Amino acid sequence: MSITIKANIPEGPLAEKWNNYKAKAKLVSPNNRKKLDVIMVGTGLAGASAAASLGEMGYNVKSFCFQDSARRAHSVAAQGGVNAAKNYKNDGDSVYRMFHDTLKGGDFRSREANTYRLAECSASLIDQAVAQGVPFGREYGGYLRNRSFGGVQVSRTFYARGQTGQQLLLGSYQALLRQQNAGKVKLYTRHEMLDLVMVDGKARGIIARNLDTGEIERHSAHAVVLATGGFGKIYYLSTLAMGCNASAIWRAHKKGAYMANPSWTQIHPTSLPQSGEHQSKLTLMSESLRNDGRIWVPNDPKETRLPGDIPEEDRDYYLERKYPAFGNLAPRDIASRAAKEQIDLGKGVGALKNAVYLDFSRAIKEYGQEVIAERYGNLFTMYKKITGIDAYTEPMKISPAAHFSMGGLWVDYDLQTSLPGLFAIGEANFSDHGANRLGANSLLQACVDGYFILPYTLQNYLADEIRVPKIDVNHKAFEETEQKVRQQLEGFLKSKGNKTAEEFHKELGKELYDKCGLLRTKAGLQKAIENIQNLRKEFTENLLVPGDIEEVNSELEKAGRVSDYMELAELMCIDALRREESCGAHFRAEHQTEEGEAKRDDENYCYSAAWEWTGNPSSPVLNKEPLVFETVKPTVRSYK
Amino acid sequence: MKIHLKIWRQKDRQTKGAFKDYTLEDVSKDMSFLEMLDTLNIKLIKSGERPVEFDHDCREGICGQCGVMINGIAHGPLKHTTTCQLHMRSFEDGDTIYVEPFKAAAFPIVRDLKVNRSSLDHIIASGGYVSVDTGQAPEANSIPVTHEQAEAAFDAAACIGCGACVASCKNSSAALFTSAKISQLAQLPQGDKETSKRVVKMVYQMEEEGFGHCSFTEACQVECPEDISVLNIARMNYEYNKARLLKK
Repeated sequence: MSITIKANIPEGPLAEKWNNYKAKAKLVSPNNRKKLDVIMVGTGLAGASAAASLGEMGYNVKSFCFQDSARRAHSVAAQGGVNAAKNYKNDGDSVYRMFHDTLKGGDFRSREANTYRLAECSASLIDQAVAQGVPFGREYGGYLRNRSFGGVQVSRTFYARGQTGQQLLLGSYQALLRQQNAGKVKLYTRHEMLDLVMVDGKARGIIARNLDTGEIERHSAHAVVLATGGFGKIYYLSTLAMGCNASAIWRAHKKGAYMANPSWTQIHPTSLPQSGEHQSKLTLMSESLRNDGRIWVPNDPKETRLPGDIPEEDRDYYLERKYPAFGNLAPRDIASRAAKEQIDLGKGVGALKNAVYLDFSRAIKEYGQEVIAERYGNLFTMYKKITGIDAYTEPMKISPAAHFSMGGLWVDYDLQTSLPGLFAIGEANFSDHGANRLGANSLLQACVDGYFILPYTLQNYLADEIRVPKIDVNHKAFEETEQKVRQQLEGFLKSKGNKTAEEFHKELGKELYDKCGLLRTKAGLQKAIENIQNLRKEFTENLLVPGDIEEVNSELEKAGRVSDYMELAELMCIDALRREESCGAHFRAEHQTEEGEAKRDDENYCYSAAWEWTGNPSSPVLNKEPLVFETVKPTVRSYK
Repeated sequence: MKIHLKIWRQKDRQTKGAFKDYTLEDVSKDMSFLEMLDTLNIKLIKSGERPVEFDHDCREGICGQCGVMINGIAHGPLKHTTTCQLHMRSFEDGDTIYVEPFKAAAFPIVRDLKVNRSSLDHIIASGGYVSVDTGQAPEANSIPVTHEQAEAAFDAAACIGCGACVASCKNSSAALFTSAKISQLAQLPQGDKETSKRVVKMVYQMEEEGFGHCSFTEACQVECPEDISVLNIARMNYEYNKARLLKK
């Protein structure tokens, strides 16, 4: 039975909602906080900042990550920057403007109140990070520097060279370790969550595998928070780290948490193109490069000259031509689709004709190589290491790649999932970005969720838990859940087929990229569902995993993750198939304007799809959260 | 290309390890070093052998999780490069490559090429932060930091925590890693207040973890993927001596 779900948005005008919430939220007194345990899964920006903040408040936090150190979570790889409505540039920025840009960038498919709160809390994040010693770029007088990013007309992006994610993460990682030192956070690195434990209808713990010993462990708490990031790695070739996965959120989904808009994946326009079959990942080149780089392809598909020899009149700067107001800074979904369009027309460049040029020659002429090197030096160096090409003298070749999951676990205004006591923050949830995320809003959302929102909303939940004693890990719910986890792992090992998890993953990823990527069609999605079902069947019969459970075993880890992808992939296709409109990153060929732009259907699809697990991956139930726009009237998104 | 590999295999801390020989026939120059190991692993799994365990994650040179000794050099022959960013075009057809884990008393082996580098986290936990709680921060522009100061702090902050400095040091010293954090925070007004306490605690922790002393060979900077400067070590020593002299 499908239902209409409510998001618990507070009363009052948009600008007052969060203040109203905070004024009325329940509190836990300092001497009660030490009686309450919280499990935090993931140590990226969202997980580390939340764990540190909760530790500082006095809660007992158990923090988990699968990496060998909390500092390695994939937030570390974000390059370009973090947005905040500080209006330091005096160029017309404000909380409202930032909210509106984000809402419009998401093609009016996000929850108004959440998006507003994101913009509202943005300024405090910059203050917090600066106080931690994050070395943001500075003007010569000592004040913070800003730059512009895709989809906006003001400069509100703060950055630390091309390593903003790394520096922000180190700030929150250090805050986390400070709490570890203070005894308020216990860290479990090299631990992977394999299931959620529900006791009497509430999330009370997790089953985790110690990846160094293979031991299966039970951990309990009064609440569980998932900060496990995005699942773009499902496409196999993506900008994500090799270990990024959907397992924590997918297993929570199978315990009853709704998955929202799972098919909305951002395909990033400026990644390095694939060079061969052996490839394991696609390296991202920061979108900030589009501030000074110009994107073009040759006019003639048969062009054979080197890029430097092609005169201006034989080049097509297609973004500047099609979207004069935003030019090379058009939002990511639009820039990626435009690149695909050129590549499909046969105008792609490079050996596999799968890329477009990103050219810095004009910027170098205008500002000098030194200035460009200071802005993007590390990116140019990285480009050279990977391709062997010097981008100061020859344009970069870039190509779209799967990058960010706008979809994720459905959460209400409190960031609580549909399961009581289970919260999801950062990229693991779905809430703020609608159908397309603006550049530099991802670091922001992760930090804001962790530093400034969860500490209030989780406390509001925990206030009713102060009389609940420590949760006993000998409860039968833990016993049963652990048994299921063991059975699954044993199943992988027993299968003894002849295809590795990675080989299955590659096949699945290709299927998804072809049929549920930048361009989706009804027939394609139907075919993909059929193919995924077949592949999933083969996976259960023909998987090859060496070794045992109780030891270091990377292949066993991969098998679990790919097994979850096999089910999630089908849900993504079902989600994309059911949404008979185009919006943001979700582009259905059947629904486009005469000019080839996304055509929304606000009458029938102005909702977030919150899918419910039924036990059968092929027949999920669709619940709807209607999107109510009280302040902004959705318009046709135009960047022309 | 044809590549011969001599890879360190070791089941666990208790078992004795040894080099094992493998040969790969069709290695492409465009493959990364880790993709070459992926290719080997698929071959091993299919032939019923255990794949080689190695650490890696982002594969774009920033997370610091990967890192092995390649022909005796931390992260291999290309300067300022992590193992994941090293490509096979740095090798020749017919080459023999020795692959070993990062070795140090403070980095106990986990399996094959995987080691436990939690000791680096312990050093940071002992004092590598600014003591500020969420919510206490003043307006960001209220503390100006000059462009030069910010850039200098950044140069130290760029450390990715991979441990190559330790692996390349004949004494297995973590001086470069530790000093980079001390130096970053000492050069910023936000962090400077705690410098004396921080430096004493972090240097103490470094010894507790079993890292060796620095004897200024400067090998660490040579093999550091981020080219973190040994001048940070000089700054650490200066701050340490100052703190001890002033008995802070």
